[in-house]
Amino acid sequence: MLKDFSQYIVYSLLGMEQGRLSGALEFFIYDSIKIFLLLSVIIFIISVIRSYFPPEKTKRILTHKREFIGNILAALLGIVTPFCSCSAVPLFIGFIEAGVPLGVTISFLISSPMVNEVAVVLLWGLFGWKIALIYMGTGLLVAIIAGMIIGKLKLEKWVEEYVYKIKSLGAAVDIAKQTFRDRLVYARENTTDILKKVWAYVFVAIAIGGFIHGYVPEDFLVKYAGPQNPFGVPIAVALGVPLYSNAAGVIPIVYALMEKGMSMGTVLAFMMAVTALSLPEMIILRKVLKIKLLVVFVAIMTVTIIGVGYLFNAIL
Amino acid sequence: MEIKVLGPGCSNCFKMEELAKTAVKELGIEAKIEKITDIGQIAMHGILSTPGLIVNGKIRHSGKPLPSLEKVKELIKSKA
Repeated sequence: MLKDFSQYIVYSLLGMEQGRLSGALEFFIYDSIKIFLLLSVIIFIISVIRSYFPPEKTKRILTHKREFIGNILAALLGIVTPFCSCSAVPLFIGFIEAGVPLGVTISFLISSPMVNEVAVVLLWGLFGWKIALIYMGTGLLVAIIAGMIIGKLKLEKWVEEYVYKIKSLGAAVDIAKQTFRDRLVYARENTTDILKKVWAYVFVAIAIGGFIHGYVPEDFLVKYAGPQNPFGVPIAVALGVPLYSNAAGVIPIVYALMEKGMSMGTVLAFMMAVTALSLPEMIILRKVLKIKLLVVFVAIMTVTIIGVGYLFNAIL
Repeated sequence: MEIKVLGPGCSNCFKMEELAKTAVKELGIEAKIEKITDIGQIAMHGILSTPGLIVNGKIRHSGKPLPSLEKVKELIKSKA
């Protein structure tokens, strides 16, 4: 139906002839409508789910959880708990103060920005649901493994001392009960907020797909970053670590790389490195973590992401 | 009555402060509004996502989205 609609616009409304340009335009219209529909619907649904998982509840669930189970739960809750990096510090202190183990807290902090609905929907819309699921699964895996390693290394001593001195005043939480209507209003606002932030990136990604498609040779990158090159993954990750963008911002690049023959594992590893490891977030986390712990954190993440990249190049 | 607005200084935190001030004025009540910007202090009050609103020692709001002015009035009034 969407296909008919885009054909109608291009060939009847605009009266274009069949050709390369009209084909590209048709693809552009079709993909744009499809992805924006997907984004709106999925973000709306996730926002409603999110309203049931405020950080306070997540904290309660994770308090005194054993490692491993705790890491898994933390990574999963990272998907649904609304969280922005500006709140990373109070959230970190609040978790630690409540008795959430350090490694479990780290799992949450990794999964939350990396595995989010925008990333998953965009991957789904552009590359299909399988890729989206793979990204989600491996993102969770990275968060769980990295959190577990940090937990096992017993690095609590590398958290700033003042964090442990903070004792909660134990203010009673008396947040007004939300009606289902409130949740829908919140979901609508959240959806428009996110769409406002990402629409430009999405158009760029689709335009790249639609218009550059025929002009650069398909296998342009295969030589450098195809599955045969054993250094493809580490190079992609090394490039991705200093780059910082949210999931939407990196999608146009990811799309272009994939189109031109970079292998799937390498692309996913690149995307994870960009979204999960960022300088601004490290600066924020520096307030609660000592440099040594930050370095270990980045190192573990880098190695885990590279591992995931190799894994997928091997099996896909 | 004691009202605390907690946030490190993001734009939403300023909006929350404005909301609280307007609400107090429109309700015509006596209230001390305190702004808490220190991250440690914020955490100590049990706020996990900013901005937070504490009325007479009780957390009435935390995080985004911001409540409407009407809602803020309600949150303040019910603890007056």
